[in-house]
This record gives sequence, structure tokens and C-alpha cells, in this order.
Amino acid sequence: MRLTEIRIAGFGGQGVILSAVVLGKAASIYENGFATMTQNFGPEARGGACSSQLVVSDSPVLYPYTTQPDIMVIISQEAYNRFAQELKPGGLLIIEEDLVRVSNINRDKQVYAIPATRFAEELGKRMVLNSVMVGFFTAVTKLLSADAVRKAVADSVPPSFRELNLKAFEKGYAYGVDVMAAGPARRELEAVAVAEE
Amino acid sequence: MLNVIEDSTVNPVEQFLRTDRMPHIWCPGCGIGTTVNSFSRALVESKVDLDSIALVSGIGCTGRVAGYVKLDSFHTTHGRAIPFATGLKLANPKLNVVVYSGDGDLSAIGGNHLIHAARRNMDLKVICVNNLIYAMTGGQTAPTTPGRATTSTNPYGTFEPAFNLPALVDAAGAVYVARWTTFHVRQLARSISEAFAKKGFSFIEVISPCPTLYQRRNKMGDGLDTMKYYKEKSKVKNGAPTGEVGLTLNGEIAVGKFVDRERPDYQTLMRAQYVESLGERYIEVTGEAEPEMECACG
Amino acid sequence: MKADPRGVLTGTHFIDGDHACCEGALAAGARFAAGYPITPSTEVVERFASRVPTVGGSFIQMEDELAASIALQGGVWGGAKAFTVTSGPGFSLMMEHIGYAAMTETPCVFVDVQRGGPSTGLPTLPAQADMMQARWGSHGDYEIIALCPNSPQECFDLTIKAFNLAEEFRVPVMFMMDEVVGHMTEKVVIPAADQIEVVPRKHTKKSIEEYLPYGTNGDMVPEMAHAGEGYKFHVTGLTHDERGYPNMTPATQDKLVKRLQNKIRSAADRICLLEEDSLDTAEVVVVSYGITSRVAQRAIDLARERRLKVGKLRLITAWPFPDKKIADLASRVKAFVVPELNLGQMVREVERAANGKAKTFAVPHAGGGVHNPDEILNAIVEASRC
Repeated sequence: MRLTEIRIAGFGGQGVILSAVVLGKAASIYENGFATMTQNFGPEARGGACSSQLVVSDSPVLYPYTTQPDIMVIISQEAYNRFAQELKPGGLLIIEEDLVRVSNINRDKQVYAIPATRFAEELGKRMVLNSVMVGFFTAVTKLLSADAVRKAVADSVPPSFRELNLKAFEKGYAYGVDVMAAGPARRELEAVAVAEE
Repeated sequence: MLNVIEDSTVNPVEQFLRTDRMPHIWCPGCGIGTTVNSFSRALVESKVDLDSIALVSGIGCTGRVAGYVKLDSFHTTHGRAIPFATGLKLANPKLNVVVYSGDGDLSAIGGNHLIHAARRNMDLKVICVNNLIYAMTGGQTAPTTPGRATTSTNPYGTFEPAFNLPALVDAAGAVYVARWTTFHVRQLARSISEAFAKKGFSFIEVISPCPTLYQRRNKMGDGLDTMKYYKEKSKVKNGAPTGEVGLTLNGEIAVGKFVDRERPDYQTLMRAQYVESLGERYIEVTGEAEPEMECACG
Repeated sequence: MKADPRGVLTGTHFIDGDHACCEGALAAGARFAAGYPITPSTEVVERFASRVPTVGGSFIQMEDELAASIALQGGVWGGAKAFTVTSGPGFSLMMEHIGYAAMTETPCVFVDVQRGGPSTGLPTLPAQADMMQARWGSHGDYEIIALCPNSPQECFDLTIKAFNLAEEFRVPVMFMMDEVVGHMTEKVVIPAADQIEVVPRKHTKKSIEEYLPYGTNGDMVPEMAHAGEGYKFHVTGLTHDERGYPNMTPATQDKLVKRLQNKIRSAADRICLLEEDSLDTAEVVVVSYGITSRVAQRAIDLARERRLKVGKLRLITAWPFPDKKIADLASRVKAFVVPELNLGQMVREVERAANGKAKTFAVPHAGGGVHNPDEILNAIVEASRC
């Protein structure tokens, strides 16, 4: 697990912070690496935009913030507009495909999309969309072992929602495995963006 | 444990004093010593375990009471006797915590703590010696100084309205409110005894002379003249609405027990809340020393 | 003595520095806290309020920081280990009671999660600009101890240390966090209770007749009694003698205030916790503390890639200041580089202790974020050339 900077952003109530906690736990507790998570605080963090930064590494993390994220998980259009330009060249962008429309993005970026909210609703609870995203992240980035993340999910949600969140994780993970087999969705999405312009 | 001496040949107050600290700093004619007398009498009458008493003072002439009483006593910072006392009581609920301080300390710089402790109904017995002025610093206006009185900072007479302390603490939620003057030594002792029997925030105001600064500057004579004045002007009005007991420069001094009601105190409410929310997981603070603490020192 | 297992949340956690600080306090035996909400520190007492009723203690939210900072001392004299938690504006309000704790030798911990100032400043963003206030904020001469954690794990470990030092020396200990350390989430390992050493209160064993509340036996730290035990002792913020009685003479003042100072200064070598790296071969030493020490480490790594001989000295203890260590290094190295999230506070101490024998390069930052490692690197490069 080389030093990897991750930003997860969306709006309040989507489980942005919890997603970062789950991935941070997986990296530092279940894979014995190191992880530092920070989040935006203050009035700007109430409701509206919500963002967290996660730096994982196999050696202690010194600088606690992301400088140029290697991976970005974006769950709202506002977050996309605000943060997408930060993504490192060649970086990996993961989006909620029903909530985020990709535009103005360099060809070198790899874009992976998932209808996480729809999947979560199909599972019965919209609020588990973050576990769907985390599962998808795990399959697409291969940064962390699925087992470590699974444990972190189980460990981070209330016992009464454990089973549902694990299902959501598996749903996102399986979708991610399929998407990886098909290759990045960047070209198609870009085509959509161009067509709409 | 009852360790009060009831021997008529001994000055009943002496056993409560740090005699090695005498003489005290109070001026001739000052009323603070008189209040300590009544307090001592109340300790005898109420038969409260002296080891269980912690006396907390702020800063000022009355603040020095803590230094003269032979009790666990804390002379804290200006205005902060009540929050210090709050911490003591919460850490050791078995303590009988007395706050003994002046009007400036309790109602000006410490005014916020006064109203909040009354609101919480912290189980504290507050004795407020009100000499209507800042005495230790040389006779400046206090929030209690009646209109038209002359002080060093209102040399032409005070014009700002004064606090009516019984009304203030009554409104904030005190369960016991009384006022006496230093002429009423027995009644004062009885009120202090009653406060010891009461659970919750008790407030006893004692109108007390400062012959050196207040009485002299306002041409009210010496300590003895003030006793006569208190006798003449005081009117016992038990149960009087506190809104009607405000003081004026030369007017009537309403005294008596104004408020005596029941309301659950802070720690009773806290316990009930935790028992309801946490059930058996709640571990109550008992004030018992941790066994390790006693054996592991040294 | 070992920690009371009731307060120890043994396990591996992924929590932020504020929460880790709370767990450290509980593990250290803190059973009373009084606080007043203020960003970015409030999470410490929020967690304490939720946890402490289940471990035999209490939390009270007071009406202001003046009240919180003295209520906690009432709690200490009532027999509890106690602390309060605040940030800049609240810390300013607490200053008088830091002096009271120093004067009355009340063992307690003040946690300050530093944010940008002056005044309301930057409530949600970091600074390290309360360092001098922590040392000198109350009036008069006194000594305190200040610790600076740089990770959530240290927020746990060093909070225990802070309580232990407070009890050992009967002194208020300032726990100088910063917003980044307080709000960053990392792995925190909490050992089993029997692996945690806690220093019990220095409670007297003397009889009521023999007990002298402020008498000392050579180690300069008097023994304590608690209210309600029958000792009938007196505590005052006035200058006092060994009996605890007010005694306002120059001789008593001299004896008391010098003892309050000497009990800390004479033990400075033991209190000063430092993290050192490559100081033997260094030409330039980066002196840093708190979150800045992590950013500085990145700059040090970059400088070493350029084959610069850089050493690291991290002040885990900021106060008392490690004068001897700096003086010793000053005679061997070219220069010190001192990055900090203020416009120059601890750098003055480095300069003073170096006493002209080595140059000092400040790397100031007004707060609101952390340094760009390049700023520190540039200072290292410049210092290497001097």
C-alpha cells in the first residue's frame, strides 16, 4: 500500500465521513498499514457540502492532508464542481452516476461510475449507499483487500444495520468487479458530456 | 461523627476557629465576625458533622472567613466560590458545602455563577454577607449599593439601580431564601441550621455594617449606631414576595424567611436521568476514596 | 499503580485526537470534568459526558470557562482527578485559574486544542499560537508543564502522562493540542489497564495532628488531603506558609514562589520528553512540536535526499523548555530551524537557549493550515549555507 491520497466528497447525510472511516480502519487496523483521516468542520460542514480526506500508506503518514488526490470518490454534483480539478493526472475518479455528471475532465483520468443510490434503494435503505460506494471502491481501486474492508464495515455500523451494510458492500463490490472486467467508463461518459454540450 | 463541644464554660465559637490565626483583619464594628458567631451557633444547633463541611469563600472581607474557620476551607478567586463549591460537591456528594462570601463577590463578578447554581439547584448553602459596598478595596459601589448612597466611585451619590438579591435568587430557582441583619443573630443561626437541613440551593443574605467605609461615608454612625438602626428599620416579613423586599438608603429592611420550597436538586436529577438512561451501567459517584488511592501513596 | 480497568477502553480504535484525549483522561483516572463548549475542543468533553457516568464520575457543563476552570479544582480537592478542555478564547478566560492551581498546587490538566487567533480568529482551523500564553498567561511567577501531542495515539498516551505529571508535581499541566491533531482520525491502540501506569494522588498518610498542608520533605512537593477527611486544612491563593495560612511577607513569598518554580525546574531533565533523530551528525537541527513536527519530518526527508545533514528535535514537552539540550546542540551545530504555526513563539526560546552559539531560523505561519513542507525545506537549505 504505497502512499495514496483519497478525497471523498458529497453532501451531508450520504455517509461521506463514515466511508472514509471504514476505509481508514481497513487500511490501518485490518491491513496493519497507516491511515490519517481529516474532514472539514464548521458551519460549512453542516448540511450542504461534506468532504473528507484520507491518506493511507504502508509507512507512517506525516502530512495529514491530501495535496493532489490519487483517488477521488464524488457523490454530488456540487462536490464534483468543487473538487474534480484537484485529481492527480492519471488519477482515478469514482462517481455516483445518477448524481454526478462528468464534464471538463482530462482524458488521462480513469472514471468509474456506479448507480449506488439506486442499488441502496433496491436493498431497502437509501442510507446504505455509502457501503455500496465503499464496496465499489474496493473492487475498482484494489488498494485494500475486500476482507479488510468487509471487517471495517461490520465494525463501523450499528449492529442492527450490520447485515444490510454488508449486503450493500457486496453489491457495490460485485458491480465493481464487473465494471473492471469491462474497463473504465470514461469514454462513454465523456461521450455523453460532449453530446450534451 | 459528632465532635461539637457543648460546654458552657468555653466560648462556643472558639472551637470552630483557627485561634492561631487571631487577631482577624476585620475592623471594629464590622458585622462579618457576628455572622461567623451565628454560623458557629448553627453548627452546634444543627449537629452537622464538622468533618463533612467544606467552606468556600471568594475574595473580599467576607472572603477571609475561610481562613479563620477550623474546617476544610477554601479561599478561592474573586467571584468563583460557587463554581469551586460545585466541583467539590460533584466530586464528593457527601460533603456539606457552604459558600461564605460577600455581596460584590457573589453578585457582581460572580453573579453569573450565582444564578446558574440557583437554576441548577446545586446543593450549596450560600451565606452572603451584604455590606452594600466593596470594602476590601476601599468603599467602591457594589451592585447592591442602594441609590443615593455615597461611595468612593460614586462620590456624588450612586444613581444606578441595585440588585434585590432575594428576588434574584428566588427567580433563578433557589429553594431557600432568607435575609437577616447582624442584629438578628439568633434568627440568622436558625436560618443557617434550616439550610443545613435543606437539600438544594439555599441563600441567606445578611445585611452587615461596614462602619469604616459605608456607614462613615453615609453619615450613619459607628457599629453600635448601626445595630440601633437595624433594630429600628427591620421588619420581619416571613413569606414576603421577594419582589417587594428591595433595599433603599434609609428605608425599611424586610427580613425573614422569604422562600422555603421543595425542588429536586441537581444531583438527584442527575442520578434519576442516568438510572433511566443507563440502568445498571450507571456507576454513581459516592465520594468514597478509591482503595488504591489510600494505599499507593508515598 | 495500574489504571482502573473501568476507565480503559482496551482495543484498537480509529478515532480522532479529541476522542483519544478523552480516553487518555479516563484511563489516567480522571473522574470529573467541567467544561464549556468551544470549537475545536468540544468533542473531548462530549465523549467524556457520555462515558463517565458508566465509570463512576461526572461531567458538568458550566456557565463559562471561568467557572469550568475553577469547578475542576473543586473536584480535585473533593478527591477526583479532574480536567477541563478548551480552545483559544476559553483558554484566555481560564488564565487566572491556572495561576490559582499553580499557587495552591492543585494537580489538574488543562487541555487546549489550539485554533487560530487572536480573538475569535479561526474557530475550525489550526494554530500553535497559545504556547507562550500556556507558559506565561497568568500573572506572577510560576511554572507549569506543557505537552504537545502530534497524533491521536499521542493524544491518548500523553494525556495519561499529563495527569501523571500533574499528580507527581502537584502542578497544572497544559495539554497543548492543535485543531489538526484534535480532529484527525488515526489508529489508536489502547492497551490493557494493567499495562497502563498511573500516578496516584500524593495523599498524606500523616495523622490529622501531624499534617502540615504545605510542608515539604525535600522533594518540594507537599502531600495532599481531601475535603471531608477531617484534616480541616486551609487552601488559599494568597501567599501562604506551610500551614496553608495567609502570610504576606517578602520572606514567605520568596520561599513559596521559589519552591513552586524549583520543584519543576529541578526536575526538568526528567519532565522534558524529546524525540531525537540524527542529532550526532547534524549541521542543522529542525526544532518542532505538535502537528508541525509531522510536516517538518517531510521537509527533513526531502533535505536528506539532497544530502543535507539535518537532525530532528521534537519537543514533546514544550514547558519546561529543554534549555540544556538546545545549549548543548548549539555548541555543535550551525543552525536551528524552527517551524511553528505562529509568528514566532518557541523560536525565541531556542534563540535564548542557543545564546548566539548557533543561528536560529524561524519558519512562521499565521495559522489556518499547516506549513507547506517546501517552506521548511527552504529554511533548512538556507540554514545549511550559513
